[in-house]
Amino acid sequence: METFFVNIDWSEIVRATIDTLLMLGGAMALTVVFGIPLGVLLYLSGKGRLAANPVLNGLLSFVVNVLRSVPFIILLIVMLPVTVLLVGTSLGVAGAIPPLVVGAAPFYARLVETALREVDKGVVEATQAMGGSTWQIVTKALLPEAMPGVIAGATVTAIALVSYTAMAGVVGAGGLGDLAIRFGYQRFQTDVMVVTVLLLLVLVQGLQMLGDRLVAAVSHR
Amino acid sequence: MIQLEGVTRRFQSAAGERVALDAVDLTVEAGQVFGVVGRSGAGKSTLIRTINLLERPDAGRVVVDGQDMTALSPADLRAARRRIGMIFQHFNLLNAKTIAENVAFPLRLEGRPSADVDRRVASLLDQLGLAEHAKKHPAQLSGGQKQRVGIARALACEPRVLLCDEATSALDPETTDEILSLLDQLNRDLGLTIVLITHQMEVVRRVCDRVAVLKDGRVVEEGATADVFLHPRHAATRAMLAEGEEAFDATTVPPGGRLARLTFRGGSTYEPELSRVARSVGVDYSILSGRISRIRGEPYGQLVVAFTGGDAEAAVAQLTARGVTVEQVGEAA
Repeated sequence: METFFVNIDWSEIVRATIDTLLMLGGAMALTVVFGIPLGVLLYLSGKGRLAANPVLNGLLSFVVNVLRSVPFIILLIVMLPVTVLLVGTSLGVAGAIPPLVVGAAPFYARLVETALREVDKGVVEATQAMGGSTWQIVTKALLPEAMPGVIAGATVTAIALVSYTAMAGVVGAGGLGDLAIRFGYQRFQTDVMVVTVLLLLVLVQGLQMLGDRLVAAVSHR
Repeated sequence: MIQLEGVTRRFQSAAGERVALDAVDLTVEAGQVFGVVGRSGAGKSTLIRTINLLERPDAGRVVVDGQDMTALSPADLRAARRRIGMIFQHFNLLNAKTIAENVAFPLRLEGRPSADVDRRVASLLDQLGLAEHAKKHPAQLSGGQKQRVGIARALACEPRVLLCDEATSALDPETTDEILSLLDQLNRDLGLTIVLITHQMEVVRRVCDRVAVLKDGRVVEEGATADVFLHPRHAATRAMLAEGEEAFDATTVPPGGRLARLTFRGGSTYEPELSRVARSVGVDYSILSGRISRIRGEPYGQLVVAFTGGDAEAAVAQLTARGVTVEQVGEAA
């Protein structure tokens, strides 16, 4: 055992774990902040919905599709100048967050839109009949009713973000994935690879469990 | 209380334009229970939705409680909708909220103070026998209980009008009966004006003062429930009434018999009028079909009989004199 873990610098692992968690936390928070309104707009502007608007819907849909079709590694590079403009640097955790959000928010928006579509139209109609405004319908009826789907979507997105953070090493963001590539893969330090992958596995498992529990807590079907 | 004037609603579809409502005129007086019947696709759903403007008519006016709904600003329309309760076939409760929160929902939308909301919700739950379910979620309740919650929610803002969109169509007969009794009671106790749409003629028979029959987006017949049900004038009404009824078999008519439909209403329903008349004019009769029931609590009987032998004309005249409505059904073969 002692000889197997010979390459491991535990302080490095701890730092990489913290970097991954920071990237994930920061990017996820912003993904939710941008993804939910975007998802709501996609839903509301859709055909037959409350604020049906084919032009807006087509435009939003196009932007979302374009962003979703760009491979993340490319997005990371293409975004460099924008990232510098936004956060002053393209390096480190801060430099990784803008491309992570741009990569994940459109994906999450689609999941939010799908969750909203699952809500019975009758609920919207009933809220309208009770004199609810569009804002009230969205915030007090649609989103609470869609909450299980919105949370399940956030879980899927967070897990996708974990794998995105591994690529963020390209812009020197650090994190567990970066460690796995630089030491585990490029320097043939299998023990580093094993430990980082195990930590990522624990992270993903933890996220899934947390998500499932939250979904169960808000489901009343 | 409610006036629809020339209300027209068209829908565009791939197949072209479809007219869901074609210049509909209707008046519902305050305190009435007004039924709209028709088959699916007749425009019932669209009609009831134009009253609170969930469907905006392409032409015509909708006046509720003196307010022209079509002319209101969005904010005024929302305020007006709060005075019009609505219940639905599939209840449309919020699954994420408890029963108490569902009933509180319209009050919260209106922005009432919490203490008021709590008081009002407690009293509504109590009134509708839902107090023990306050903390449950809709998924834990039966259909009848869910509709009670729907009714409590619809009543929360003290509306003057209640719209019922096929409110009993998803319920079993017993629960339907229970909900109809409740609607009847609300109408009597609160003076609530109720408009209900249904394809169930039984529902109209039980609770409606007046009824309109809708076919292809037009009102083809309208009147007091008893008049429309006992003496339907339009083929669509007759067809709907005949559903599930045993039509008499023409081959059973005695030769030379004279067919007549006799309608007894009110107290005379239970009087032996037919046998008295038969004895006094010496006519015989066979009963070919019949029904004795109530329309909104008023008893009635309706028989199709064939008079044979004796003086059928005299029998008809005597029955008419005794307040029985006699209609000729047609000569027997």
